[in-house]
Amino acid sequence: MPKLSLKNVVKRFGEKTVCNGISLDVEEGQMVCLIGASGGGKSTLLRCINLLENIEDGEIFLDDTDISIPGLDPQPVRRRIGMVFQSFNLFPHMTAAENVMLAPRRVYKRSRNDLRAEITDLFTRFGLADHMNHYPDQLSGGQQQRVAIVRALAMKPEVMLFDEITSALDPQLVGEVLDVLRLLKDSGMTMVLATHEMGFAREAADKVCFLSNGEIIEEGPAKALFETPQQPETQAFLARAIK
Amino acid sequence: MTDKPSAAGKTRRQLYEDRLRRRSMLIAASSTLAVFLAVIILVPMSPGWDKVKASFFNWEVFVKTFPKLLEAFKLDVMIFLWSAPAIVVLGLLVALARDVRSPALFPLRILGAAYTDIFRGVPVVLTVYLIGFGIPGLGLPRPWNSPYIWGSLALILTYAAYVAEIFRSGIESVHASQRSAAQSLGLSDTDSMRFVILPQAIRRVIPSQMNMFIALQKDVALLSFIGPVEIFRQAGVFKSLLANFTPYVGAALIFLAVTIPATRYADYLLAKQNRERS
Repeated sequence: MPKLSLKNVVKRFGEKTVCNGISLDVEEGQMVCLIGASGGGKSTLLRCINLLENIEDGEIFLDDTDISIPGLDPQPVRRRIGMVFQSFNLFPHMTAAENVMLAPRRVYKRSRNDLRAEITDLFTRFGLADHMNHYPDQLSGGQQQRVAIVRALAMKPEVMLFDEITSALDPQLVGEVLDVLRLLKDSGMTMVLATHEMGFAREAADKVCFLSNGEIIEEGPAKALFETPQQPETQAFLARAIK
Repeated sequence: MTDKPSAAGKTRRQLYEDRLRRRSMLIAASSTLAVFLAVIILVPMSPGWDKVKASFFNWEVFVKTFPKLLEAFKLDVMIFLWSAPAIVVLGLLVALARDVRSPALFPLRILGAAYTDIFRGVPVVLTVYLIGFGIPGLGLPRPWNSPYIWGSLALILTYAAYVAEIFRSGIESVHASQRSAAQSLGLSDTDSMRFVILPQAIRRVIPSQMNMFIALQKDVALLSFIGPVEIFRQAGVFKSLLANFTPYVGAALIFLAVTIPATRYADYLLAKQNRERS
């Protein structure tokens, strides 16, 4: 049984079809990378999985439970699925530690004191122990993005979604964020990434999907997809993406 | 030609800018001086100056009435102090009411919109008259016919409408991605608003709100039309008593002593915010 399963997901914005019948299985502990040109539907697909967007047709299953039933309360689902955004989206009026503690405090009704040890642990694990009491604007882009990952992890999600999380970073900061992803994969987290980091996808992903115009054109193990792509469109994209 | 430091240790560019700065300071100083001289020399030359001087700038009247005016200004401050918190609370509630999505609360949205339209569309003095005379006219018993209550309510209703609009613009200025981030963590809509959107929105609109409250401090004087003997009314009493306008000048000075520092402070906050954002 896959951890996360999309069946024929359709998403439209007005006349424009952004996801045109996407089906995808993600096994427990797997890292799946979505690649493809911007506007291909990667980000929208992730937002649909987290119920930030409603899908027009199809189903999304988490542990065999349909989470895409119209009218379903999205909040319990979102607690189980963490998401990290391209532009970090930290709350600028709170310190890093407060950013991380807000959701566990409000949603799980836990006190700051109760959370302190656990949060300190998380910050330490991701090399951020010195920055807990800094505000987002006192942190580098890489640090901010790592805090955003810690913030999502503090809710103890079962699946993590990453929406081009290195695209807004200076090149020298990309490495530290990718290291965090490797760490997470080793800890057995189930992850779906939309990414432009082809080198990383090839090295770390269990499965890679090439999306174009709202459809999965080709999917397979990283090695196979990068070395022997079958579809002409995939070949053309990879030729452009990997120079 | 290179940009080597000259004898004074300054580059060509620095010398040029020094020259430019000296020149603009000289121009500013001399033009200011010219304007002041013109006012000081020309105004007393006007035919009515002696009369104006006697009736508006009479030192004896000023000294005699100023302490009483200051005393009366306390009432203005009191009215301001109990109206301001009510304005903030009502303004915030109206702003939030106009933002609700739930269909059951749709009437709240309409009411909020109608409220802001009406009270922003009527001159403050008219609202003060209508509420200040109208509601006690219903024959309410003391103390419920007090012009303090209904006058303050008129100010509260008017200013809360403006303050609500400013809060709303602040809420809308917080980027949608902040709401997405809050929701993705499983926070409820109420918690997203309370802990993520509102704190940022309120911070952003503080300078604009300060300007509203400076205007409110001045508009408290409008309550004089319906009874309370605050500073403007007190000055009017002195004017009739002494047949002299100097008390009005005294009242103006008292207002300025409060509003100028407040205005400067609001400008300072705004400038600081603009610097931080760029």
